Amino acid sequence: MDRVLQSKINRRLTKDSAMKWLFGAVVAAVLGITFFLFYGIGADGVGRLNLSFFTNFGSRFPEKAGIKAALVGTLALMAVVIPVSMFLGLCSAIYLEEYAKKNKWTAFIEMNISNLAGVPSVVFGLLGLTVFVRALLLGNSILAAGLTMSLLILPIIIVASQEALRSVPDTLREASYGMGATKWQTIIHVILPSATGSILTGSILSFSRAIGETAPLIVLGIPVIVQFLPTGPLSTFTALPMQIYDWAKRPQPEFADAASAGIIVLMVLLITMNGFAIYFRNRSEKKLKS
Amino acid sequence: MTTTLVRPTEDAKLRVMKNENWTKAVYETNGLNLWYGTAHALKNIDLSINEKEVTAIIGPSGCGKSTYLKTLNRMVENVGDVTISGNVTFMGNNILGKAMSVELLRSKVGMVFQKPNPFPKSIYENVAYGPKIHGIRNKAMLDMIVEDSLRKAALWDEVKDRLNKSAYSLSGGQQQRLCIARCLAVDPEVILMDEPTSALDPVSTHKVEELIRTIKNDVTIAIVTHNMQQAARISDRTAFFLNGEIVECDRTSTLFSTPTDERTEDYINGRFG
Amino acid sequence: MTSIKPTEKLRTRDVIAAAKKNEKFGKIIPHLLLAVTSVTVLATFGIIYTLLKETFIFFQEVKITDFIFGTEWAPFSNADQAFGVLPLITGTLKIAGVALLIGVPFGLACAIFLSEYATPKIKKFIKPIIELLAGIPTIVYGFFALTVVTPWLQSFIPQLKLFNALSAGIVVGIMILPMIISLSEDALSAVPASFREGSYALGSTRFETAIKVVFPAAISGIAASIILAASRAVGETMIVSLAAGSTPVFNMDFTGSIQTMTSYIVQVATGDAGYGTTIYYSIYAVGFMLFLFTFLMNRAALYIKTKFREEY
Repeated sequence: MDRVLQSKINRRLTKDSAMKWLFGAVVAAVLGITFFLFYGIGADGVGRLNLSFFTNFGSRFPEKAGIKAALVGTLALMAVVIPVSMFLGLCSAIYLEEYAKKNKWTAFIEMNISNLAGVPSVVFGLLGLTVFVRALLLGNSILAAGLTMSLLILPIIIVASQEALRSVPDTLREASYGMGATKWQTIIHVILPSATGSILTGSILSFSRAIGETAPLIVLGIPVIVQFLPTGPLSTFTALPMQIYDWAKRPQPEFADAASAGIIVLMVLLITMNGFAIYFRNRSEKKLKS
Repeated sequence: MTTTLVRPTEDAKLRVMKNENWTKAVYETNGLNLWYGTAHALKNIDLSINEKEVTAIIGPSGCGKSTYLKTLNRMVENVGDVTISGNVTFMGNNILGKAMSVELLRSKVGMVFQKPNPFPKSIYENVAYGPKIHGIRNKAMLDMIVEDSLRKAALWDEVKDRLNKSAYSLSGGQQQRLCIARCLAVDPEVILMDEPTSALDPVSTHKVEELIRTIKNDVTIAIVTHNMQQAARISDRTAFFLNGEIVECDRTSTLFSTPTDERTEDYINGRFG
Repeated sequence: MTSIKPTEKLRTRDVIAAAKKNEKFGKIIPHLLLAVTSVTVLATFGIIYTLLKETFIFFQEVKITDFIFGTEWAPFSNADQAFGVLPLITGTLKIAGVALLIGVPFGLACAIFLSEYATPKIKKFIKPIIELLAGIPTIVYGFFALTVVTPWLQSFIPQLKLFNALSAGIVVGIMILPMIISLSEDALSAVPASFREGSYALGSTRFETAIKVVFPAAISGIAASIILAASRAVGETMIVSLAAGSTPVFNMDFTGSIQTMTSYIVQVATGDAGYGTTIYYSIYAVGFMLFLFTFLMNRAALYIKTKFREEY
């Protein structure tokens, strides 16, 4: 009797360890795909990465094509996106976490934010096209694209900042109120400094989302081959993902290599930003640990 | 060289919060009732807290002693759904009225919490926080206040070489004394202490008690404690709370030696709570 | 700046009492912040308003029933222009279907491995890689689909076209993996340890515990993660635009070029359809369909998550 039971158990244990290996194999496969993805693209693009690739404008001739305008354009785009989205996102998060009463209006705003987070980026492009490009007459400028991208990442920044504010222990708020500080003083001098690390982490991750987004730029009508650097917020421009998209679509294999090289530049930019995000996260975890 | 701030004069105090009805009791509580939602947490509390005395508030957990303490600087309102009736005056001023600015009240009434809660800032910035938010910007003056407060809190010698280090680098007991220094920095009339030693080890507890003994010459103290020996050691008067009511309030020596109420006797003899 | 200092006669409290305070400022702050917060509401309404307004104009030129039930989508045809949206929806569903077929089993296996099997050390190694995967822009995925996955698939599916639904769908599936993994893992980790202990105490193996106890307990969170991932797949634009082609077909073929709602919008935006033409308005009608699809899916995910939340 015991022997029968034991053999049943053995069978179950075999199944258990088999499944463990199967799950592990799936994880390994996912890691393998990630590696394959980076290797496949990286190997093709490395050869194109030379100085002229960074100093040349876009071109009809693949060997002359460079990312100067796209790189500068992406940086210019960020110069709009970062301040605008940070201001809107941080103010909203502070309002919702520290001031808002639990009523229907607050619930409505929160619902709006979660809806907005699920809207496909291409639809944000349609909003930007109608409101910023056409109605406000901004054209396909850095400002129009920057405002569109800011709205796109706004829900992510708000939610991340809300979580950051929530993670500040209430004992610190009590200590500050106990000293006779007003709510605003408490927010500025105690809560925000304690939450800065996590807010930066969330924000940087959403900025990297904005850097890589392509679809809204296409809908806004951002051009691809631009032979000049932007001169101001109303100047037209092109951006890294637009440039990559254009090269990827062209049939000549030389352009595919340029696209690979562009992707390497984009990914290096994003991974650097991720690195900063992780650094700030670790620092803030240390800071609030007493 | 440090400049010690002078002792309070009757004159200085009146200049700050002048009210003709002010008598010797710093806090005067009459018929105070408080509800959390529908739960009746404080029932008809009558209690005075006298100037430059240590008033201990004892009682089993859930008896309302912390709630009462937090009513005195109106921190109780942060809990949420709170209804208060009755009368509480601070130096003759009604603190429950709409006209009372809680910020002004709290600039004169410091609070020390159960767990040490220094800000994630430097030791210096922790102590300078109160004076800064109340409008003192002068660096020399802040330096003076920080040093003076840390000296009063008997912490100066331990931290004078690392004022710019994070407050979290201090031990728990040091952190709690830092929190007391932070209160002292705004030169309050009263410090409310909510079980300030419950998270500390015996040695740190002893140091905080020592500290309370020295600063009571300067400031009125109301301390909530679940530790009856502590109340007996450091307080002048003791109030015993039970189920939201004051059972008995008397000189500490009297209350502990000859309690008039049977429940007080049971409690101080450890029969419940 | 205050000029009063504590002296022999003045105490800190006097200096504080004399210092200037600006209390009015604090009163208007919540109102200012609320005004800024309302931008999110404005954005949502802006999206709905612009989509509705232009869609309305579109429906003055194209019959709404022709749009919803039409099986032919030929906006660029001069002779028989047709605006039947079903081919675009078919294309979208093909992509989402393939993506879920890849994303759900792989994603759930990874989630179960991470929450039930992996040691903290392995987790610490795998999590950043999955975060990295989540941070890759879709344009990069699209390029990967076009230049790596399609040629690879062609080596054993010879009839596969250069632009096809299969490889785009597979790569969209890879793209939604991090989302399924992290959301499902959150749901699995939220199941209290006491459930597992109870199962182990009865002699269950780790696999039996994971499948029969933990997984059912977390099912609402897992279902929500799958729906959210499906919504992401429906809204995905760049992978599809690069790798799936732009042929609106109404069939069940996965090896050829298709068109999705999103890639149609991109096609028009990169083309030279003038402002005010029917084609121009059609992207708003398609955009509105897309918005409705994703909106309903996101709401459904939230509903399932909150309505069927297990109270542990």
